[in-house]
Formats: sequence, structure tokens, C-alpha cells
Amino acid sequence: MTATTNPPSALGALTRNNTFMGFLFLLPAAVFLLCFLTYPLGLGVWLGFTDAKIGRDGVFIGLDNYKALASDSVFWMTVYNTVFYTFIASVLKFGLGLWLALILNENLPFKSFFRAIILLPWVVPTVLSALAFWWIYDAQFSILSWSLIKLGIIDTPINFLGDPNNARFSVIAANVWRGIPFVAISLLAGLQTIPQSLHEAASLDGATGLQRFRFITLPMLTPIIAVVMTFSVLFTFTDFQLIYVLTKGGPVNATHLMATLSFQRGIPGGQLGEGAAIAVAMIPFLLASILFSFFGLQRRKWQQGGQD
Amino acid sequence: MASVQFADVRKSFGTHPVIKGVDIEIADGEFVILVGPSGCGKSTLLRMLAGLENISAGEIRIGGQVVNGLAPKERDIAMVFQNYALYPHMTVADNMAFSLKLKGAPKSEIDKRVKPAAEILGLANLLDRFPRQLSGGQRQRVAMGRAIVRDPQVFLFDEPLSNLDAKLRVAMRAEIKELHQRLKTTTVYVTHDQIEAMTMADKIVVMHDGIVEQIGAPLELYDQPANLFVASFIGSPAMNMIKGKLDPNDALKFVTDKGVVLPVAKAPESAKGRALIYGLRPEHMTIAEGGIPASVVVIEPTGSETQMIMRIGGDDITGVFHQRISARPGETVGLSIHAEATYLFDAETGKRLV
Repeated sequence: MTATTNPPSALGALTRNNTFMGFLFLLPAAVFLLCFLTYPLGLGVWLGFTDAKIGRDGVFIGLDNYKALASDSVFWMTVYNTVFYTFIASVLKFGLGLWLALILNENLPFKSFFRAIILLPWVVPTVLSALAFWWIYDAQFSILSWSLIKLGIIDTPINFLGDPNNARFSVIAANVWRGIPFVAISLLAGLQTIPQSLHEAASLDGATGLQRFRFITLPMLTPIIAVVMTFSVLFTFTDFQLIYVLTKGGPVNATHLMATLSFQRGIPGGQLGEGAAIAVAMIPFLLASILFSFFGLQRRKWQQGGQD
Repeated sequence: MASVQFADVRKSFGTHPVIKGVDIEIADGEFVILVGPSGCGKSTLLRMLAGLENISAGEIRIGGQVVNGLAPKERDIAMVFQNYALYPHMTVADNMAFSLKLKGAPKSEIDKRVKPAAEILGLANLLDRFPRQLSGGQRQRVAMGRAIVRDPQVFLFDEPLSNLDAKLRVAMRAEIKELHQRLKTTTVYVTHDQIEAMTMADKIVVMHDGIVEQIGAPLELYDQPANLFVASFIGSPAMNMIKGKLDPNDALKFVTDKGVVLPVAKAPESAKGRALIYGLRPEHMTIAEGGIPASVVVIEPTGSETQMIMRIGGDDITGVFHQRISARPGETVGLSIHAEATYLFDAETGKRLV
């Protein structure tokens, strides 16, 4: 037999080229991202610069939508509501979630049962839990009002969703209830990466339980807290379903968030351009929180390995 | 500094007993090593002394005071963990100063204690590093530094050298021993490595299956093992053990199950007619013309000495010889056994008879 030598083919050369192959493997993901992320985002930003209405293509009107929003008291009310809602809910979710994670990290009876059950609020579809809260907050049939009346603490049912301030705190409570599992389970996972021997060493060094939390648990948990709270803030800031089911933004816009106002103006109101502009106005806030996490997430000096 | 006593200490996890009644006396300033195979309860015992595990029954005393009900931080002990347990988010200096900071010591006093400890351990120029930036041996030293700074009643070491490579382990062994000679703090050290135990300890406690098999100075355990377990655990290469009986006609002859006759120096009445185990340390034999014929299986020269695995009858035995050996595998050599250095164990109870 004689040895046959293949002439170097162009295709063969291409498949040996790492840059080309890398590009080829990236292509499906890139197409997917372009179609489903970049295009809708770009379209939204574009609509914000037009006077598009439902059923009519808009024409470019520059910053007119934003100028209108700047003098729109309802818009500024929703900005205030969104920031207030996000801030209070995130602080509560962090505090309660960390507390829950610390409890679940102890050696409790039925530990795995409690860990599973804690996830329920997160697993239930938002609309379902919102409907449940709608009944809990009902002006006449609220179980909370009923219980408090039976206990003799109040005489008349609480108007949970009818009074502006009550409504604000009611939707925050519902959001906190729904958001705690995410925070608690993520922080629990973080707590479990802290070696037990560090706590043992600290208690031999004379640390009390509180000092162990302050000097061992908290510093070692910070990187995870940064990630978890960034996500939590993003979820809360863009919340829509809960508000839409519970109050639709009422009473008198007291619970209207930027996301719900954007939807209301854009779809039922038909002002696509204005709705898009409100949505785009959320971007600076979201970017700020992402930047915050970017710097919070940077590896601290003690996490870097190797010789210097 | 303080003495430590274990008085009939017991520990069970659920219904499963892991420490089955341990009595140990540790004098002030002594270096005691708990040694035994994994799962023998030595680490559990150490953690009970530290206060990290509950004591199911019995008493542990430090400096005469019963500490059963005291929290770890009230016992004034320092511990070096197997994985060092350095605080990763603190520098070397902060790691060492942590206990002092918790006590609220002023900065000047912290410096006064951290600096000399760092000098002793050769960490003076690493004080600003984080644990991640240190090598295994350096981390080990930081862990010891953290203990020294405390100036505690008792030092505890839980297998501190097992994460280091062989060469570093030998070096750290000498460092720990030197440190103890300098500080003279009572030390309890846990290891599964009998060489570590032999080389470092004032007193060794051999543990097995939750009980103490024997307590004694290193050479005492080596020369007078109480039973088969201690005899086989202490010494490397391990003692040769051959099953057999005493010759009914001549009690100074041991006949192996395979029919080979081995010499015995003295035979107590109790040994006669029983199933026995003949114990022979690898170094207690020489090669001599006309000795017991042994066929060579494997020769392992290490330079300073030569180990040889030989077969007599059907039993494999290991010998260590200081002269160079010219024999080849398969050849037969004559073995002369030092009869006065041999042991006889009861095959049933494992107790040493001679």
C-alpha cells in the first residue's frame, strides 16, 4: 500500500483556527441574545423617543416624552413610590432573611423540612400569592381585621388597601413575604461555606456568640450578601405583578410603581411612546444598583490567593 | 500552665459509645501525645478537653478544676486545628491578635505580645499577609502563633502536621518540640502517626476503639508493649508476629504453626500449652552462617540500613540490617534471632506474657 497524503483543504485549515471556531460556537448564543434581549431593549428605547400609539407608528419627537414626564406629578409620585417600596422592602428582606438563614443554619429538629417549606412563597406563582393577599387585605372579609376584632384590639376592620399609607405598607409586606425565601436560602448557602472550625477557633479565642457573628460570619458573608441584595433590589424595583393584582396602583396612585405606570400608560392607555419612556427612566436606577454590586462584588484582598 | 486529668471520661453519639472510660493524668508542663488509628476517639477526646464536644460521663479537670460545664472560652486553652482554621479575612497580625482584641487589650500590649511570638516563629515579615498568601508551613506557624500569644494553660494540637509534605513535617516536628521546651506549657497533641508520637512526646497515650491501650514514655512503649495492639502500632517497620506454640518438651523453643523452631529466652508457666504469638522487632536479628534458613523475598536498601522481607516456613518476616546485604531475591540466608529481645503474646487476649 502506498501512503496517501491529503492536500491541505481550506475547510481543514478553518476548523483548526481557534478564533474561527470560537466565533462559530458563540454564534447561537449571540443570535439568541440579539433576538430576545438586544432587539426588545433597543425597540423600547426607540419607542421612548417617538409618539407611537397603539395601532399607529410613531414619529421621532426627540425628548418630548421625557420633557412631559419631568413636569408630570404622577410620574414623580411613582418614582418616589418605587424608591420607597424598594428601599423598605429590601431592608426588611435582608434583615429577616439573614435572621431566618441563621436560624436554619443551627441544628434544629426537622431541619430539612423547614428548609424546604421556607421556599414555598418563592415557588407559588406571584399572581396566586397576590390573590391570597388580596383576600387577606380585603376591606370586609380580611382575616387580619377579623382576628384583631375578635381579640378586642380594634373595633372596625382596617382599610388595608383603601388608605394610601396602609396600602403602601400592605404591598411592601406582601413583597417581603414573597422575597424572603430567596434571600434566606441564598444566605444559608453562604453560611454553610464558612468552616465550622473557624467558629470553634473563635470560641476558643474567647468570642461570644455575638462577637462570632460580628467578626467571623458577617465579614465572610459580605460577598454573598452583595450578590443576593443586588438581585433582590433589581427584582423589587421592577416589581409589577403583585401591585397589578393587589391595587392596580391605587388608591390615588399611592402604590403606583414605575413599572405599573409604564404598563398603564403604554397598553391600556395606548400611549406606547410615553409608556416606553417611563420604562427607560428606570434604567439609571437599575444601572446604579448594578454598579454598586460591581464594586461590592470585587474580590477583597483576602480572597485573592497566591504570592504577591 | 496547669495539669490535666481525665477521670473515667465517656462519650456517646446517640447510643453509639466512642469513648469508653478513659483515665489519663497529665502533669504540669508535660508534652503528651494521643496516638491511635483513625476512629479510635483521640480527636473526640481532645475536643472534649477543649469544650467543643459534650462529656457524656466522667470528669475532665484542668489545673484541678472540673471543666465539664465550662464553655470553651472559659477554659483558657488554645488549640491548633488540622486545617489551621485561620481567619481568612484577617492578616497574620490580626489573626494572632484576635483573642487579645476580644479581651479589649490596648494596642501597645497587643504589639508587645504579637511581635515576640512572630519573631519566635519566623513570621515577623509576614505580619501584613493574608492566610491565602502563605504556604502550608507558614499557615501552620501562624496557627501556632495564635496559640502562643494567648499564653494559655494548655496547648492542644489536633493532627497539626497531617496537611504538610513529608519534609516539612519533619522540620515542623522539631520546631514544635523546641517550642515546647522553650515555653514549657502543658501540651496535648493528637496524631495517627506513631513516628510523630515517638519523636516528640514525653508521654504517649495509645488509644484504640475508645479505650486507652497503654500509657508510657516512648521507649517504654517500644520496649514493653502491654499487648499485641501496642506492639504492632508502635515501631516502623512493624514488629513481626508469628503464630505458634511452645515446644511441650523444651519451653525455650517456640514452634510456629508452619513447624519452624524459633528461640525464646524465658517461658512463664502461663505460656505453656496455649496458642501464642511470637513477637520479633525487625532489628533484633542478624544474618549468620548456620542460622534459621530464610528465603529472601524483597530487598529494600535505604542507604543507612537495608530492609529485607524473608520467608521462614510460610511466614513473611521483615528484618532491618545495618550492614549492606549482597543476597539476591530467591536466595536463602541464615538468620540469628536475639532470643532475649523477643516477646510472647497470648493469642486469645493479646496480652504480653514475656
